[in-house]
Amino acid sequence: MDDFLLRALLGGFGVALAAGPLGAFVVWRRMAYFGDALAHSGLLGVLLGAMLHINPQLGVVLTCLLVALALVVLQWRRGLATDTLLGILAHATLSLGLVALAFLETVRVDLVGYLFGDILAITTADLYWIWGGGLLALGALAGLWRPLLAMTVHEDLARVEGVAVFPTRLAFMLLIALVVAVAMKVVGILLVTSLLIIPAAAARRFARSPEGMAALASLIGGAAVGLGLWASLRWDTPAGPSVVVAATALFVLGLATPGRSRR
Amino acid sequence: MPPEPLLTVEKVNLAIRGNPILRDVSLQVTTGEIVALIGPNGAGKSTLARVALGLIRADSGRVWRKPGARVGYMPQRLVVDDTLPLSVRRFATLGTPASRARVREALAEVGAVHVLDAPVQAISGGEMQRVLLARALLREPELLVLDEPIQGVDLNGQYELYDLISGLRQRRGCGILMVSHELHLVMATTDHVLCLNRHVCCSGHPDHVARDPAYLQLFGLDGARHLAIYHHRHNHRHDLHGAVVEPVESETHG
Repeated sequence: MDDFLLRALLGGFGVALAAGPLGAFVVWRRMAYFGDALAHSGLLGVLLGAMLHINPQLGVVLTCLLVALALVVLQWRRGLATDTLLGILAHATLSLGLVALAFLETVRVDLVGYLFGDILAITTADLYWIWGGGLLALGALAGLWRPLLAMTVHEDLARVEGVAVFPTRLAFMLLIALVVAVAMKVVGILLVTSLLIIPAAAARRFARSPEGMAALASLIGGAAVGLGLWASLRWDTPAGPSVVVAATALFVLGLATPGRSRR
Repeated sequence: MPPEPLLTVEKVNLAIRGNPILRDVSLQVTTGEIVALIGPNGAGKSTLARVALGLIRADSGRVWRKPGARVGYMPQRLVVDDTLPLSVRRFATLGTPASRARVREALAEVGAVHVLDAPVQAISGGEMQRVLLARALLREPELLVLDEPIQGVDLNGQYELYDLISGLRQRRGCGILMVSHELHLVMATTDHVLCLNRHVCCSGHPDHVARDPAYLQLFGLDGARHLAIYHHRHNHRHDLHGAVVEPVESETHG
């Protein structure tokens, strides 16, 4: 097998592994649009990285964190629904990124690569980044699991039972920011959310416990990476979107299969 | 053991978006006592319960809970999203880790042991109320806050649950703050009634409150009649000793 292909597979599997459990929570907490908004700010993060001469992914993590914090602050002021705020943040940051790109004549950015991912160009350094960030996110999520699950079911009840709701929610937002930054290389900022949501949604029908759904989402995500890459080589299609199409195909296949859960 | 205060709310005021919800409200719950909050819709009953729990901060006044007290809470409505695969057993232990045997025991206590392994979305509203109570009991609570504990429970189940709740106070000695619509049940099983309509209209022993002009004005003769019905029914149940209780509405003496 070619080296670049091996790196692509390893990178994709790393992302799928981390995106499964986090994506399950994104689905349970109805935060799909939040992930999307974070991802849209990714381009701004890449430019920030270039301007500050730091790793572009680190720039993305920082920008995502800022957007997450901006959302928390805006939510405090109330008045506007969260999806409205997210819509504003998502498109404002993406447009800001594109405008800033025009000003930075010295910076060469592979725009299409960032928008739609460039999984076949994953380097060994990228692999460290993906697996390091992904495992970090998974470890942190494991620590947050019980309180996060309790407050996902009912926030007030969790608070009465002793969950520190605000810090837990903030920590979870930061984890999504980390995973978005990690997954960007594989499917690009416009498609990142799909890797969080589609495998988790596909896993729902076959899972009986939260943990089962999280693990199954990782597996389905991994299978989508493998299938997508294979299809991309076979028919010479763009790799990132092919992975997403493969994930969607698995989701549809799941719908057609009799599930284990009742309903 | 002399009753010990568990929860004290003193002269609490709260306005939400300039709209006064609670005015100068005070209440106390001690060990082994059931305090009921009654009042019309929008009277601020649930809000007061949430203030007492520390979920909402009052604009002024003082809320005190016994430091370190284990609190069990039954929120008014709880619907688990369909996307989350969760069994009743897992749901009950989300707040307090407990063995399967203990969960079974707690569910048996509230009469819902048959749903132990069911998906939490597949049980009825009444079963959910019982499961919520079981989840609160797993915490071995000293203070229980129940927001409309019997909504969605069928009529026979309502009496059962109320008996269970008043039994809890005796068996476990916990203090209970309860929001309720069911006047006839509240009046017969609680120690202290707080009639709320954004302010405390009247409060005291159920018999005392039931004769209060403010109570009669809020609930009308209907409320007073319910009281009589239940008193009769209550006596009847004690005579029967576990036999099936026939409805006795037609034999009211009020």
